[in-house]
This record gives sequence, C-alpha cells and structure tokens, in this order.
Amino acid sequence: MTAPLHEPTADAAPNAHEEAEVASAKAKDVQGRSLGRIAWERLKRDKLALTGGTVVVLLIVIALLAPVLTHLIGQDPDAYHENLIDPLFGTPKGSLGGLGGDHLLGVEPVNGRDILARILYGAQISLLVGFLSAVVAVALGTVLGILAGFFGGWVDSVISRVMDGLLAFPQLLFIIALVSVMPNSMLGLSGSAVRVFVMILVIGFFGWPYIGRVVRGQTLSLREREYVDAARSLGAGRFYILFKELLPNLVAPIIVYSTMMIPTNILTEAALSFLGVGVKPPTASWGQMLSNAIDYYDSDPMYMVVPGVAIFITVLAFNLFGDGVRDALDPKASR
Amino acid sequence: MLAYLIRRLFAAAVMLVVIVMVVFGIFFLVPKWAGVDVATSFVGKQADPAAVEAIREKLGLSDPIFQQVWEFFKGIFVGRTYAAGGDVTHCAAPCFGYSFRSEQAIWPVLTDRFPVTLSLALGAAVLWLVFGVAAGVLSALKRGTLWDRTAMVVALGGVSLPIYFTGLLSLAIFSYGLGLIDAQYVPLEDSFSGWFGGMILPWITLAFLYAAMYARITRATMLEILGEDYIRTARAKGLKEQTVIGKHAMRSTMTPILTMLGMDLGALIGGAILTETTFSLPGLGQAVLNAIKNQDLPVILGVTLITSVAVLIANLLVDILYAVIDPRVRLS
Repeated sequence: MTAPLHEPTADAAPNAHEEAEVASAKAKDVQGRSLGRIAWERLKRDKLALTGGTVVVLLIVIALLAPVLTHLIGQDPDAYHENLIDPLFGTPKGSLGGLGGDHLLGVEPVNGRDILARILYGAQISLLVGFLSAVVAVALGTVLGILAGFFGGWVDSVISRVMDGLLAFPQLLFIIALVSVMPNSMLGLSGSAVRVFVMILVIGFFGWPYIGRVVRGQTLSLREREYVDAARSLGAGRFYILFKELLPNLVAPIIVYSTMMIPTNILTEAALSFLGVGVKPPTASWGQMLSNAIDYYDSDPMYMVVPGVAIFITVLAFNLFGDGVRDALDPKASR
Repeated sequence: MLAYLIRRLFAAAVMLVVIVMVVFGIFFLVPKWAGVDVATSFVGKQADPAAVEAIREKLGLSDPIFQQVWEFFKGIFVGRTYAAGGDVTHCAAPCFGYSFRSEQAIWPVLTDRFPVTLSLALGAAVLWLVFGVAAGVLSALKRGTLWDRTAMVVALGGVSLPIYFTGLLSLAIFSYGLGLIDAQYVPLEDSFSGWFGGMILPWITLAFLYAAMYARITRATMLEILGEDYIRTARAKGLKEQTVIGKHAMRSTMTPILTMLGMDLGALIGGAILTETTFSLPGLGQAVLNAIKNQDLPVILGVTLITSVAVLIANLLVDILYAVIDPRVRLS
C-alpha cells in the first residue's frame, strides 16, 4: 500500500524483461519491508526533512569538532581582544560588530571575545543538554508509561496522577528554582559542569510526562491485541511481554516524541542561560550571549543577531526533521 | 455538575498543598543535602553566626517541614508574626510570607506586579487566539495551497524562534531603529495610551510565538476532524459548508485548543519570565527571577503559589468550558 509507484529506478528502460524484473523486485519489496524501512523510504522523499536532518548532522559535527574548528580559524573563545573595542562606548570598532578579517562574525562588546568561536563552543552546550535531557525524559517516560499502561490498577493511578501533576506545574519556574539552589560543586563536578548536569536532569525530569502519557495510551491499546494473548498462552512472563512484545511496537511513537522534544529542550537550555541560571561564564552558551546582548541591542545589534540566528537555525532544523520523522512513521499517513 | 465542581476544587486544593511542599522541599531540603545552611541564604554568607541563628529562630527554619508548611498556610488566613528575642515583625492577614532581604511583606509585591503580568498575558492571548486559530483553520480548509504552505512555513519558523530573540529584535527595529514605539511600561491607571504603547511590542512578540504554535495544532486537529464520519453525515444532510465548518467542525477543533489555552494562560499569568525580562516589564516573572538570583525564598514561594493557583483555575475553567463547547463532553 505504501509502495512508491514511480520511484526513479537507475535504468527504467522500456524493456519488457527488465520491467518484469523491476515488478518482481517491487513485489518482494512490499513483503519484506520493515516499518523502519518504510519510514526511511518516505523520509528520503521529504526534502525539507532531509535538509533539516543534514543541518542537524552538521551541527553535531560542529559541536564535536568545536576545539578543532576554533583552532583552524585561529581564535580562542575566551581570549580578550580589548584593542578592538571602542573605549568610549564599549562596543566593537568598525561596522557590524567588528565583523571581518580575523573575526568572521565580529567580537563581543567590552572584552572583544571572538563571537564565532563562542558560537561554536555554545553548540556543544545546546546539543549536549538538548540530547541528554531528551534521553532522560524518554527513559523515564517509556518505563513509567509502559508500566502504567500494562499493569493498570493502582500503579496506573499513581503514575497518571504524578504525570497530571507535573504537567500542571509551573515548569520553567521550578526548573529555575531547582537549578539555582544547586551547589557549586557536586559529584566531582564543578562550575558549568554542575549546571549542565543539573539542567539535563531537571529538564529531562519535567519532560517525561509528555512521553509517558503517549506510551501509556499506546500500551493500553496494545496489551489487548491478539499477539499479546498468544505470547501469554505460550507461557511468556510479564516482563517478556513488556519488553519483547510491547516495547518494539512502541518504538515509533517514542522516536517521534523524542525528536520533537530535543528542540524544546534546546530552547529551554537557552532560556535558562538567558535568565542567568544556566552555564556559568566564561563557558560560552547561546542563551547567555543573547542575555548579554540585551544591553547592546541598540548600539551593537550584531551581538544579538548571531546567537539568535544560531538558536533559530538549530531549533528549526530539529523541527523540520522531527516533522518529517513524524510524517514518515505515521501509520495513518497514506502517501 | 456541582459534585464535579466540588471534586475538582478539592483536587486543586490538594495539588496546591503538594506544590507548596515541593517548593519548601526544593529550598530547604535540597540545600541541606548539598550541605548549605538555609539560614545563611537569608542574611548573606558573611553574616555573623548570631544573626544566622536569629533568622533561623525567627523563621522557624529548624522546625519540621510540615510545620513550616502549616505556618505558611495559616499565615495566609490569619496573618503571621515573626519573632526572635525582642525583634518582632508582623505580617498582616493575607500573609504570603515576609522577605527579610527587602524588608517587606510579599502580598503587596504580588498585588503590585500582578496587573502587569495579567495585562501582558490576556492581551497576547486575544491576539494569538484570533490569528493563530484563524490561520490554522484557513490552512486546513485550503490544504496544499500556497496560503497553506506559506502559513505553515511561517508557523514553523515562529515555533523555532525564542521569545527573547524576537523580543530584542523587535525592540531594535521598532523602538530603536524606527523610533515608532516607546517601549516603556506605564501603569494603566496613569495613562491608557502610554500603557497600550508600552504593551504593544510585548503583546505582538509573545502572541507571534503562541499563534505559530496554535496555528500548527489547529490545522492538524481540523484536518483530522474533517475526515470524521459526522462531518460527512453533516454534508450528506445537505448542510451549508459554512454550518458544517463553523458549527460542527469548529466545536471539536476548539477542544484541544482550549486545553492548551488553559495551560498556557495559567503558566503566563504566573510569570511570563522571559517576556518580562526581555522588555523590562515589572511583572511577577521579573520579581521571581530577581528573587531567585537573590535567593529570596519568600518571594519565590509567594509567586509560585500564585502561579499554581492561576494554572489550576485556568485548567478548571477550561474543563467547564469543554462541556459548553463540545456537546459530546459530559462532566461527571
């Protein structure tokens, strides 16, 4: 039903023999394609999603290679270049925030740190927090959601109430409060590492009910299916059914919700850093750069535009990719 | 209906107590585990031990957490007196705590700042509901057209832009660049035009973000509903397309939209922290952010409580509205 009818094949010659071969290959295709394969075929045809995915991959590479890249452009994210700053106004000399020459995206006001280098390092924080907090949320949400849906009864009541409660919580406020009371060093970490660790845990913790609700709902309907009865009648234990029978069927919604969660988490991290409870200076973070830029929005607008655009591109890329993944994995889609 | 209301109100009250306990837990237990003395955070780290001890006694910081929560709730109804030795501070009836940092009761701070946040949230909500829902419905009805594509690209861009960036951008362009708007907050009592002028940029920026979100969700919901049997039935009955969309499809579309509205509005009323910070609006969000930076616990506690009440009330209103809008929903 989802076999693409006019998929461009390498050599679509009007040869009867070849056509038959193609047809039989397609027939085999239809039988043998897994959900992942179908989804991949669909995703491949979605140009916007592919663009988003490519940008995401690029961003990951940039984040991983940030030290190498900054070395290549010959800049250090923490080095001051006060000679480039107009001593009267504290803003960079020259037009567009000191852009050009050695500093491809200009320098920061007052201390003259290279903006491009800080953007590259900022990508590390954004992606790290975005991904790992999504992992925390998915892990918690999947386990608790599947338990609630499968066991029902009081287990379900307790977990569902907790989820409702968490969703009704003023989240940003709590995240800010929690992050701000954390000590400066813990578990052998210190400074920004503590903040990153705490942000990952806290953002992940407030995110799990979104996944949990979906997984619970899916589990509720899946556990009544025949194949679960079949497994049970063959003597399968509860945990076998949970993790070998149900979990594989939950993979699609889990993937969809986790891809959609990453951009939200990146925005939350940027917001926390913007509000001053994220990573600590001098560690570079996009949100923090924007927060510093408030004071210069009139005198040095470039300082605000660069990190803002970085956040925008990142989140947009994840959103495009996430929308594509959702469409590709949606069993109701009839394309 | 009445029984439902009572049950919901009871659940809301329980939720409030839980939230207050969690806030107490965050600010009293977490530092304890981390080995930080809470009392020092009230007087500053350099204070002498006697002052720390006095504040501990005054605030009852060594009492069990349940007793502290109880004292807090009692204070709301009968007021509260903080006393240590000869030093007595009284906090009058709706006592949501007393800030020893800024030497003032919390309740006046809340009532001062609440109108700012409320006008921000309500004004923006009107804008985003009108434009977001309209754009979403139009997109669904004209699926696949240029309008649909354009609207959805703009919406996707909108949900990918952080408010503190669009806010700064709009300030740079409209306030500084073109000099069209004087982005200063003026209380409504002082001057309507001043208030309106100061709020217009925050409203539009905030509404843009939410309108983008609402347009996406409205479109998806509408498309799903247009495929349902009862819409086909309505069309088969020969109803005018206007009636089918306006009366039948819209009702079901509004249900998830209202759920979102309840949560979003509640959360915003509790402090549009990011918007208020970006535009320097003296609202609850700004108060709580400053309080967090100064570790001024009573303010945080008061604002959190107000926020939670706002979220709970908004959700309750939404649940009741469901029954009015969607005839399939029965409150029981």
